[in-house]
Formats: sequence, structure tokens, C-alpha cells
Amino acid sequence: MNDLLIIMKQELLLTLIIFVLLTLKIAKDMDNGAFLNLVNLLLAINFVVGFLGGMEGMLFNEMYHTNSLIILEKNILNLGTLIISLQSWSWLKDHKHVAEFYILLLCTLLGMFFMISAGNLLMFYLGLELSTIPLAAIANFDLAKRKSSEAAMKLIISSAFSSGLLLFGISLVYGSTGTLGFAGIAASYSADPMQLFAFVLLLAGFGFKISAVPFHLWTADVYEGAPVAVTSYLSVISKGAILFVLVPVLYTVFKPIAESWYNMLYLLSVVTIIVGNLFAIRQENFKRFLAFSSIAQVGFILVGITGSSSAGSSAVVYFVLIYIFSNLAAFGVVSFVSATTGREGISDYKGFYKTNPVLSWVLAIGLFSLAGVPPTAGFFGKFFLLLAGAGKGNYILLTIAALNMIISLYYYLRIVKAIFMDSNDHPIEKLSVPVFPKLALYLCMAGIVFTGFVRYVYDYIQSLSIGF
Amino acid sequence: MSTYLYIALIPLLPLVSFLLLGLFGRKYFRSSAGALGTMALAASTIISFAAAYQYFFIDGKADGIYQKIVPFSVSWLPFSESLSIDMGVLLDPISIMMLVVVSFVSLMVHIFSLGYMKGEERFSTYYSFLSLFTFSMLGLVLSSNIFQIYMFWELVGVSSFLLIGFYFDKPTAVAAAKKAFIVTRFADFGFLVGILILSYYSNTLDFPTLIEKLSDPGSEASLAISSAGFLGISAFTWALALVFMGGAGKSAMFPLHIWLPDAMEGPTPVSALIHAATMVVAGVYLVARLFPVFSTNDTALTLISYTGVISALIAAIIACTQTDIKRVLAYSTMSQIGYMMFALGLNPESGDNNLGYMASMFHLFTHAFFKSLLFLGAGAIIHFVHSNDMRDMGGLRKWMPLTHATFLIACLAIAGIPPFAGFFSKEEILLAAYDSNMIIYFIALITGALTAFYMFRLYFSIFWNKDSTHTADHGEGPLSMKVPLVILAIFTLVAGLLPFSEYITANGAPIETHINLGFSIAPVLLAITGTILAGWLYKTPGDKPAKLAAALGGLYRAAYHKFYIDEIYLFITKKVLFNLVGKPAAWFDRNIVDGTMNGMAAVTAKISWLTKGIQNGRVQSYALWFFGGVAALSVLFIYLWK
Repeated sequence: MNDLLIIMKQELLLTLIIFVLLTLKIAKDMDNGAFLNLVNLLLAINFVVGFLGGMEGMLFNEMYHTNSLIILEKNILNLGTLIISLQSWSWLKDHKHVAEFYILLLCTLLGMFFMISAGNLLMFYLGLELSTIPLAAIANFDLAKRKSSEAAMKLIISSAFSSGLLLFGISLVYGSTGTLGFAGIAASYSADPMQLFAFVLLLAGFGFKISAVPFHLWTADVYEGAPVAVTSYLSVISKGAILFVLVPVLYTVFKPIAESWYNMLYLLSVVTIIVGNLFAIRQENFKRFLAFSSIAQVGFILVGITGSSSAGSSAVVYFVLIYIFSNLAAFGVVSFVSATTGREGISDYKGFYKTNPVLSWVLAIGLFSLAGVPPTAGFFGKFFLLLAGAGKGNYILLTIAALNMIISLYYYLRIVKAIFMDSNDHPIEKLSVPVFPKLALYLCMAGIVFTGFVRYVYDYIQSLSIGF
Repeated sequence: MSTYLYIALIPLLPLVSFLLLGLFGRKYFRSSAGALGTMALAASTIISFAAAYQYFFIDGKADGIYQKIVPFSVSWLPFSESLSIDMGVLLDPISIMMLVVVSFVSLMVHIFSLGYMKGEERFSTYYSFLSLFTFSMLGLVLSSNIFQIYMFWELVGVSSFLLIGFYFDKPTAVAAAKKAFIVTRFADFGFLVGILILSYYSNTLDFPTLIEKLSDPGSEASLAISSAGFLGISAFTWALALVFMGGAGKSAMFPLHIWLPDAMEGPTPVSALIHAATMVVAGVYLVARLFPVFSTNDTALTLISYTGVISALIAAIIACTQTDIKRVLAYSTMSQIGYMMFALGLNPESGDNNLGYMASMFHLFTHAFFKSLLFLGAGAIIHFVHSNDMRDMGGLRKWMPLTHATFLIACLAIAGIPPFAGFFSKEEILLAAYDSNMIIYFIALITGALTAFYMFRLYFSIFWNKDSTHTADHGEGPLSMKVPLVILAIFTLVAGLLPFSEYITANGAPIETHINLGFSIAPVLLAITGTILAGWLYKTPGDKPAKLAAALGGLYRAAYHKFYIDEIYLFITKKVLFNLVGKPAAWFDRNIVDGTMNGMAAVTAKISWLTKGIQNGRVQSYALWFFGGVAALSVLFIYLWK
């Protein structure tokens, strides 16, 4: 019993927080400011406690398992959620349904935790659904905007479709192997057509969540319509969680068909990088731009996963961590500007440096890190992904990826140029950033610097990583 | 060898100066920025000279051979057990030589800018950029790890982007900065892939280990990388060619040179620093750094030497037709770097390949002095005339006696007339070419004659030709602009006399060289012929040059338009790439993605817009794509690509 408490510590704590918020909502009428202070405090505690005394182990007939890497991954997600929560302060402080927002949000996080810890396809599926359905509800939280409801509707319908196919895949897996446990599947999987087909369906389900091309089409609409907080959560936390599952699933459960999935990932990554980049170039809306550029980023992560080594696994976790910091730095500024001025176009950012030098630097560093310009952390992240991908000696893939790094540099640079060099008759006025969003931006900057320049982060991740 | 720990100060001082000026420059150092930057760099320069003295004359040698010393190296980001990104310092003859060259030339530029940039509103910003550039360049030179060099390589690119675009209210300057950045970035992509391939096979990023593993053709790593292949070419050749592509981009080798002439939009002292002595030779330095590896692969060497010699010739021809004095100098830089490059690639059938390497480094060394002298001289002239066009000049020798004298010395040096510095280094290059490849030797000889011609065309047009229309209302410039000219002129006079082959050779052991009088006759005669021809055409005003241009017809026009290389690039990027990739992508986005969106917007009836959002086919089309993806993957992997 004690073991259970420690092993499931992170899930239990999160559940507790959800209950506390629920009780508060019912019992007491708190004003938004106090409520937000409390939530952020709880999330900070949640993040810190996540690091204390974890324990590896399996529970419930191998339905649930955890190890040091998984604990770390959950902590990374906790941190990301905390940053997003801090950033959304300006948006939430006047919102009618703050408590509901947090309850739904934390439920999805809980779903992700179960998903990452799943040792069984059924458990995985439950976690996945828990992490999706409440998200569709909070995508609708810009109550005054039609686009927000549209985004929610599109998200729920597309997810339902992808879940349907995923379930079909799971049932085929069960039909052909007689088990849903990861260990059992790994022992009896082979490359016969039905099992390959089942795998394709599962991969499509994963592809949908990380918005790999061609399963990505929902991304742009949903990202544009949803509130920025939800968009950044979708593009960073959701994606990160799925990637954390994808790597061990591919590396251990589907190891017997490694050759097949290597080729599939190869194809998906090439298409994803190219399509993501080509579309990102054309975007004029900042949020839409970040959406498409994040599709390209996923393509790079897939390149790292194809490496099939412990280096690949650690490169992915490392990159996701950096990606959280960099993307949230960019999203943080965009979300703040959008919440206070309502301006979201890239051309609105012309001359931004003149009025908001500090925010400009934060945005520029975040974009540089996303673009992979040395010496920001994003560069190391991408370089390690490519290095891991190089482990297979596939030069075509590497060449395409490296070429696309340049293309992406071009469009990130275009924005930096707009911020610093272009002049504007009506620049965004001078903004003063409240404490919580400011804290979030500082966290992101510190993260970009720290993960890039301090070796212990990567060392630690690497010491926990798996591969074959 | 902890005695070299102080080396770290050399790049750190400019870094400190950059941080101070960058953060507080506008507030606290508005007027003293120049002095601060210059002092930091003066200290760096002194330490560099001290380090050079210690290395070459006290303890660099063991058993008569100069050693590679790594005074310290910090493991920064270990990727796997053997691959790690280190921050270290690697000392060997070429890195020490480059230290001296970079810090010294940068110091001269810092001093010169005190006068040249005086009164500039963003004076402190200018000096902070200058410090950043110097820091990155020094870091590049000292790198002990191929990845570290790549980082500094990028940082050099960024800081030169800032410097070229310094006059950012001038659209041409911003365009030029962007062009330089993008072209070199494109080349860097090759460099990065090259690094990935090399590190994959050799399992290290560390220079000494990498060289050790790959320079021995019998070693395990060498066999693996040579036997793997792609498109019929071995992975080894691919990797080296890609690394060379990175170098060729930075060093403005044909056909990646198009950014260099445009980059002249930056302040002229910046051109003296970046486009004469430091950044543009980074490519040569990179090849020299990996020379033991390159020298085991004949294909890569051939690629290098032909790229070099073609660049040298083309640039020399174009330089003969340009009228913007900075562009003439830019093309002449490209041409001289072509010399250095092809000398590195020479691989004589008999004997060792030491001579080409030594000659290349020697030329890099001497060229740094006379080319930065030429650029600074051009800066002084532009400062005086307020124009870049040589047709606006003439007869300036009366007004600018000191500039005239130093410019003449530099012209004689670059033309290869004894006893000036360029003569000695060019001589070694020609000798190396003569020993290994007669085609390259003859092209180099012709290029030499052209060099003398275009340099003296420049010289006579500026200082002789028609009488000056300028008045003596302002002088040649302040002392801070004159001193660097004189110092550089002195270096140009004596640099060639150094016994270079004693110190800097491919394997660290001194080699014997001697000036062969018989051999020197041809190049010197050709140089003098070029000079006399230029004098005959340009010393006095007249229509002789125009007649000559008319007589040459198409060739002149082609050279004047830089052989239409820019147009070819434009054609490929704008017409071919845009039509093949951009247009279909745009069409897809407009018709499939936007089209459905517009369709939705058009229907504005009062019925629940939500159902409409679903019924107009958008979400269905998403599902269709999704399903199409599943079907395609299934068919592909179950039936076709097992």
C-alpha cells in the first residue's frame, strides 16, 4: 500500500489538487486574483514534490509502471503546465470560469500521466482520451469568440475520428496477439500484414496527436481559434506527452517490426518537415505561424526517433524540454500581446523593439532557439536529434533535415527582422508585464540558457534513457 | 601545458568589451566606447604576440617538430560516451599565426575607426559589434573541437551580418547583410552535414583525435568511411566535399562568392577586418585545420584546387572591369583567397605535399596585411572624396601623400613585385603549383598578370589620371587614421622576409625553401607587364580604356556584369524553385486550405454556424486526408516496401 502511494505519487498529488479546486469552487466564492495565486502555488508545489523521492515499479498487473525517466518526463510536463498557467494570468484574471478551466486542464494532465505510465494498450487508450476530451472543452473557453467554439468542435470531432481508428488498431492487435499488455505484444508481434495494418492505425493515432503530416490538418484551425493558453498547451504539453510515449512504444513494444516502422517514420518525418516548413513561410497570423512551425519541429523529432538508440531516446526528451522553454517563450509574449492589445498578425510586430525592448529580446531568443541558431539551447537540441538520426547512416534524411533547418531559419529570421529592423507607424504600444507572466518568461529564458549551457541536464536524461 | 592558460584571455577580453558596450554602451560609454574597445583589443594583441613568442621560440617544439598543444579543454555537452562537445583551446602553428593576424588587424581597424566613425550616432554599438566579431573570430581560430568551430563559425556569421547591415537605414546594406547571411548559411548546411558524417564514422568531434583516426588510411574509421558510399562516391569524399562547401561559402569561392561584392555596403573599416584578413580566410583555415585528413583524399584535394584556381581567375577578370573601388578590392580578395585555396589542394606526385600548405598559409599571412592596408587606404580615400567610384577620383596623390605612398606599397605587394611581401608568398605558391599541376600553374601565372593590371588600374585611376577637382579644405584625416596605414605598410614591407617555412608547415617540421631566381623571372615579368599596361591606359585621361573595352566586346561586357552569376542564381531561385515548389504549395494552401475557409465565410445564414462548420466539408476533408494517410502507409508498407 505504501509502495502504491509512492509509485503513483505524481498522479495522486494531481488528483488531490483537482479535488481541492473542485471543493473550493463548490464551497467558496473566491475572487479570481486569490484563486489564481492559490492555483499557481499548488502547481509550483506539485512541480517541486514531483522531484522528491520517486520510486520505480509496476502496479495493477502491469497496467501501470513507472521508472526514473518517466518520473522526469512527468516533471517536465508539470513544469510546462506551471509556466503556461503563469502566462495565462492576464487572460484568466477576468474570466468567469477560472476554476473549471483549471479542473479540466489538470484532468488532461492526469490523463497524460496515466498514458505515459501505461503498460497496457487499454490503459494507454484511457489516458489518451482523458487527455483529449477535456481539452476540447477548454478550447471553447474564449466564450465571446466564435472561432473558439469552432476550434473546440473541430478538435473533438477530429479526435473522435482518430480515436476510432486507434481503437480499431488496438482491437486488431488484441485479435492477433491475444493480449493488450506491452510485454505480451512485444513477445508475439511480427510483420504479417494484419499486424502491420494494426500498427499503421496506431501510428496514425500517434501522428494525429503530434500533428505529423498528413494527420495534421486540424492543427492550424484549432491553434488559431483556441485561447492562446490552450494553444500553447496543445502544442507543447500534449505533443511532449505523446512523444514521451511514442519512443518507448516503438523501441520496446514494436521492436520486432523495427524495420517497418523505421521506414514509416522516415517517410513521415520527411513529409512533415517539408510541409510544415512550406506552410509556415506563408503564414501572416503569429499563432498560425507557430502552429505550422511546430509541425516542422515534430518532423525533426521524428528524425531523432528513427535513430533507434538510447541517444535517440535521450535526444527526444532533451529536445522536448528545450522546445517547451523556447516555444513557451514565444507563445508567452504572443499570448500577452494578444490578451492586452488583441493584435496577432506578424506585421503588427514591426517596430516592436522600439516600444518593448525586453519583450522583443525574449521573443527573439525564443525564436532563435526554435530556429536552432547557436548558441541557444534549441541548436543543441536539434543537433542531437540529427546526430541521433545520423546513427542509421541515412544521408538523404539528414540532408533533407539540414536543408530544412535553413529554410526554417529564413522564416524565423523574417520575424526577428520585423521586430528589430522594420519601422511601423502604429507599433504595439509599450506594455507593462504583470508579475506572473513575467515570472514565466524569466523561467523560459533561464531554461533556454540552463539546458543549453549546463551539461548536467543532458547527462541526467542520458543516464536514464533506453534504446536498442 | 598549463603555462598557456592565459591564452583564454585573448578571446575573453573582446567578449568583456562587447558585453560592456552592448549593455551599457549607450548610457555610460557614449564617447569612450572606441577607447574601451581599442584598449581591450590592444591587450589581446599583446598577449597574442607573447603567446606566439612563447610557442615558436620557447616551448612549442619537441624533437624539432612543432606540437599540437591543448592547454585546456572542458567537456561541455557529452552526447554519448565518445562524442562530446568540448570547449577547448588548440595551439599549433596555424592557430597561433591566425591569433596574431586576427588580433593585430582587428586592432588596426579599431584604431582606424576611431577617426573614421567619429560622429557616428551609434558609435558605441559599432564598437560592441566589432568586439563581438573579434571575439567570435578568435574563438573560431582557437577551437579544439569541430563542433566548437562550427558554433563560432555561426557566431562570426551573425556578427558580420550585424556589421554589414550596420547602416540599417540603407536598404542596400540590409539586403547585402541578408544575402551574405543566407548564402553562407546555405554553405554551412553542407558543413553541418559534413560534421555529422565525419563524427559518425570517426566517433569523435575532437580535432586531434579526428585527425589521428582519419588521416591514417589503414585505420578502422578510415576504412569504414571510405567503403561506405552514396551515389557512387565514398562517404569520405562526400563528408570532405561538404565540409569544404562550408569553407567555400565563408571564403567566397566560386560559385558561392556572390555575397562578397555586395557586402561592401558595410562601413569600410569593417570590410578591412571581415573581408580582407579574418572571416573570409576562415574557409582556408578550416581546410588547413583538417589538412591531414584532406590530404588522404585525392578527389577532395582536386575539388579544392580547381575551385580555388577558377575563383582566382574569374575574380581577377571581373576586377579588371569594376569601377567601385571597394568592389575591385572585394574581387581581388576573392582572387587571392583562390590562390590560398588551390595551394592547399596541390598534391604533387613526388615528394611531400608540405610546400603547398606552407605557401598557402604564408600567403594568408602576407595577404592579411596588404589587403587590410588597401581597404583602410580605400576608407581614407572614400572619407576624403565621399564617393566609392574611381571615376570620381584622380590626381589624389597631391592631397593624400601618405595614403598614396602606403597604397602604392600595398599594390606592389599584391602584384607580386619583389621585395614586397606578396612576392615571396606568391612565389612559393607558384613553385608548388609548378611541381604538381601545370594547368593550375599557367592559370595562376595569367591571374598574376591580371592582378598587377587591375591593381594598378585602380592605383592610377585614383592617384593620377585627371587632375583633382578637390580642394584642400580638409586634410587626409586624423592621426588615428594615419597610424594604422603606416604600421600596416611596415608589416607589408617586412612580412615577406620572415623565414616562414621554418615555423609553419603541415607536419610541424621545418622545410627547406629557397628563392629560385630563374623561376621568378616569368611571374615578375608578367606582373611588370600588367603594371605598365595599366599605367599606359590609366595614368593620363583618354579614350584608350574605352577603345580597349570596345575591342574586347562580349568578353568585357560579360566580365562587367560579373559573368551573370547573380542573374543565374536569381533565375534558379525565383523562376525554377519558386515555380516548382513555392507555387504548388501556395496553390494547395489557397485552394484546399483557404478555399474551404472562404467557402465557409461566404455562407452567413443564421442557422447554427457550428453545423455549417462541419457540413461544409472541412472536418470531413481532414478525415479524408487522415484516412488517405493511413491507406497510403498501409499499401506502401504491407505490399510494396516490405
